[in-house]
Amino acid sequence: MATHAAGHHADHHDDHDHKPQGFWNRWVFTTNHKDIGTLYLVFAFIMFCIGGAMSGVIRAELMKPGLQLVEPYFFNQMTTVHALVMIFGGVMPAFVGLGNWMIPLQIGAPDMALPRMNNWSFWIMPFAFTVLLCTLFLPGGAPAGGWTLYPPLSLQGGSSVAFAIFAIHMMGISSIMGAINIIATILNMRAPGMDLLKMPLFVWTWLITAFLLIAVMPVLAGAVTMLLTDKFFHTSFFDAAGGGDPVMFQHIFWFFGHPEVYIMILPAFGVVSEIIPTFARKPLFGYQAMVYATASIAFLSFIVWAHHMFVVGMPLGGELFFMYATMMIAVPTGVKVFNWVSTMWKGSMTFETPMLWAIGFVILFTIGGFSGLMLAIVPADFQYHDTYFVVAHFHYVLVTGALFSIIAAVYYWWPKWTGKMYSEKWGKFHFWWTIVFVNLLFFPQHFLGLAGMPRRIPDYNVAFADWNMVSSIGAFGMLCTPVFMFLILWHSKKHGATATQQVWEGAHGLEWTVPSPAPHHTFTEPPLIRAQDLAHGDPTH
Amino acid sequence: MAFGAWPDAGSTGPQTVASRPVCGGGPNDWDGFRVMAMKSLATTRTGRAVSAALLTLAVNISCAASTLPARWQLNMTPGVTQTARNAYTAHMIVLWVCVIIGIIVFGAMAYAMFKFRKSKGAVAAQWSHNTKAEVIWTVIPILILVACAWPATGMLIKQADTSNATLTIKVTGYQWKWRYEYLDYEGKPTGVGFMSKLDSESDKTRQLKSGLDPHAVKVGNDATYLLNVDKPLVLPTGAKIRFVITSDDVIHSWWVPALGWKVDANPNIINDAWTLIEQPGTYRGQCAELCGQDHGFMPIVVEAKPKAEFDQWLAAQQAAAAPAAATAAPAPAAPQG
Repeated sequence: MATHAAGHHADHHDDHDHKPQGFWNRWVFTTNHKDIGTLYLVFAFIMFCIGGAMSGVIRAELMKPGLQLVEPYFFNQMTTVHALVMIFGGVMPAFVGLGNWMIPLQIGAPDMALPRMNNWSFWIMPFAFTVLLCTLFLPGGAPAGGWTLYPPLSLQGGSSVAFAIFAIHMMGISSIMGAINIIATILNMRAPGMDLLKMPLFVWTWLITAFLLIAVMPVLAGAVTMLLTDKFFHTSFFDAAGGGDPVMFQHIFWFFGHPEVYIMILPAFGVVSEIIPTFARKPLFGYQAMVYATASIAFLSFIVWAHHMFVVGMPLGGELFFMYATMMIAVPTGVKVFNWVSTMWKGSMTFETPMLWAIGFVILFTIGGFSGLMLAIVPADFQYHDTYFVVAHFHYVLVTGALFSIIAAVYYWWPKWTGKMYSEKWGKFHFWWTIVFVNLLFFPQHFLGLAGMPRRIPDYNVAFADWNMVSSIGAFGMLCTPVFMFLILWHSKKHGATATQQVWEGAHGLEWTVPSPAPHHTFTEPPLIRAQDLAHGDPTH
Repeated sequence: MAFGAWPDAGSTGPQTVASRPVCGGGPNDWDGFRVMAMKSLATTRTGRAVSAALLTLAVNISCAASTLPARWQLNMTPGVTQTARNAYTAHMIVLWVCVIIGIIVFGAMAYAMFKFRKSKGAVAAQWSHNTKAEVIWTVIPILILVACAWPATGMLIKQADTSNATLTIKVTGYQWKWRYEYLDYEGKPTGVGFMSKLDSESDKTRQLKSGLDPHAVKVGNDATYLLNVDKPLVLPTGAKIRFVITSDDVIHSWWVPALGWKVDANPNIINDAWTLIEQPGTYRGQCAELCGQDHGFMPIVVEAKPKAEFDQWLAAQQAAAAPAAATAAPAPAAPQG
């Protein structure tokens, strides 16, 4: 057991936490799930800032009709790299960071099952993103064919596509290793008495997400490898002139891509399912239904991929099948939303910052879900497809969905991580500021799409000018939010009030049975699990 | 080239073709929608009340048969084909389903947030199950989804039938323009084909830091910046037109919102689709699939003319294309005003 060994070797340090001393030992060679979790979260924060800056370029150019700032080709590089950075560098690592920090704490395990691999899966990421981002400075620039990398367009650029694909491979390896680690940890390292159906929902959603990752990341790796050989080794997987099929790429890509969407939202469901019961002081409604709904969504995510391709020229049978399958996702998703509302019902609610973000999540994610249901209706999708309506939809799901839950989780568990409270006043300010500007940013994009504005265009007819201006104002407001969050957390770290072990009055779960800040090593001996320590009570009652 | 001639002659009934769309116009467009919405929603009294209410709102927030998007436009337009009306109907049905569910869910949340606050002395209940409620909110959504899927299925089946077309147009996407070929018309090949690309005024204005005002790009009173071409696709009204769509390089997507669909143009693959335009007018759209640096600059303009005018136009094109007729052709060659 590497962690135990490390603990013994560190015995001679004065630090009672047995933290490794020195920057390299502490952070670069770390095998500690908490430190690796922190690294993931810091990395994700940096990536959110970089991706956010790119969206700033996009929205600045789109603020007025006419091209004022950038050439269209650079604009396309921005949309492409913004998406890759936000998805693979922001949302996914943030959830892996949260999983690293919280899964061992929530199941009573001393660390992740495979701590050295944990180190590796994190430290690949900075290199992957260095490779990806350095393409911006290559001759010919970064990939500009969209994050979906559809051939033949994605093969038209210079050598940057090879760098991007190499970076995607590294991210994929990192994700697969992270997923293996999470599965191994959850299935093998639970404290005695922590049965599967007693686990916190965050652990459940991550377990299911990890299986999705293992299933689809290799599919993405296959797809991009075929792109690579088409480009550099004269194969014709996707080149019709050589007997290939460009539409086949889209099928393979979205077979990865749709589960990927749920990879980014299922852990968010888990976070919200932890936070709402805490601040409603009432057990989560329908715990088992939540688990089964998560599993159903995961299963359905494998059979809906071609709803991203309704206008690609599919036969009628295909359109109907994928329409029905996609609509079915609304049922388990609806169950989740109804259960969150029922959890609040007859609770005793308070509205600390994490709860505000969780409620914001439920409302705005549901709006993203509604537009998702609309997009599933094929005759209407013939109009919505590839317009700003789609852009609005997936930003509601990913920003006010996934990102809101990440922010909620950080505020929720921050006192446990650092032992310090943040300023409620400024946390709430951060929330309300974001609510105003995120809706200014993305809600008008529904109107733009319905009025006929295609996505991924750098310039537009003057009729679209007004809502684009509103959207850009929202974007500039949103660009302030990482600064607020950084300052709030920095201030908390330096000057915050001391947090209690319980932190939140209504909090349940093993993570609240260890001191705040959580010591470097926790649960070196398996905890005794009492019914009141379970996050959601005993579901068999 | 001038597209400003709105063919008033030969049009049937009150037209909603307006240079700038006027909200609330075009009662005729609403009859069809009203019938469909009524059929699609429940025939109960509440169903009628709901559809009446949604229609009133829909009329207020959308504009009929627009040729250009309107400033501050909020909603999809019903277009000028049955397909576009289907899209619009499907859109409005599911939109209102979402709005109603949203009001119920968010209303319950808001009630809970105001009523069950600790600061008001609320004491948390400890129940965490209610099988009856869980069954209800699993089954009812399924029924609602079936009700939404049913009309959508019918619409799709109709849209899939591209047979019995009077005119076949081949559309080929290029970086960054379109080629239109009139393959056959009323059973005869026509030999007419041409490229269609962004008009030069938009093209000059759209250059980085051109200093030119996009608002100044106009055809008549229409602000056509980036939505105008050098040579539009001229089509007959009242005739079923089949499109065969492909690409010469990367993937494009051919989309005119007023016609109600878009279809990808894939290299070496031929997709087909059809339309039947009901009103003469000029309908504008854009490439909808990212196709490289000038993806935002390959608009589509369809000029729909009554059959007689279209026949005249096509004959003139054929005459212009035929070398023998080249000497005699110029005078009548331009039917557009």
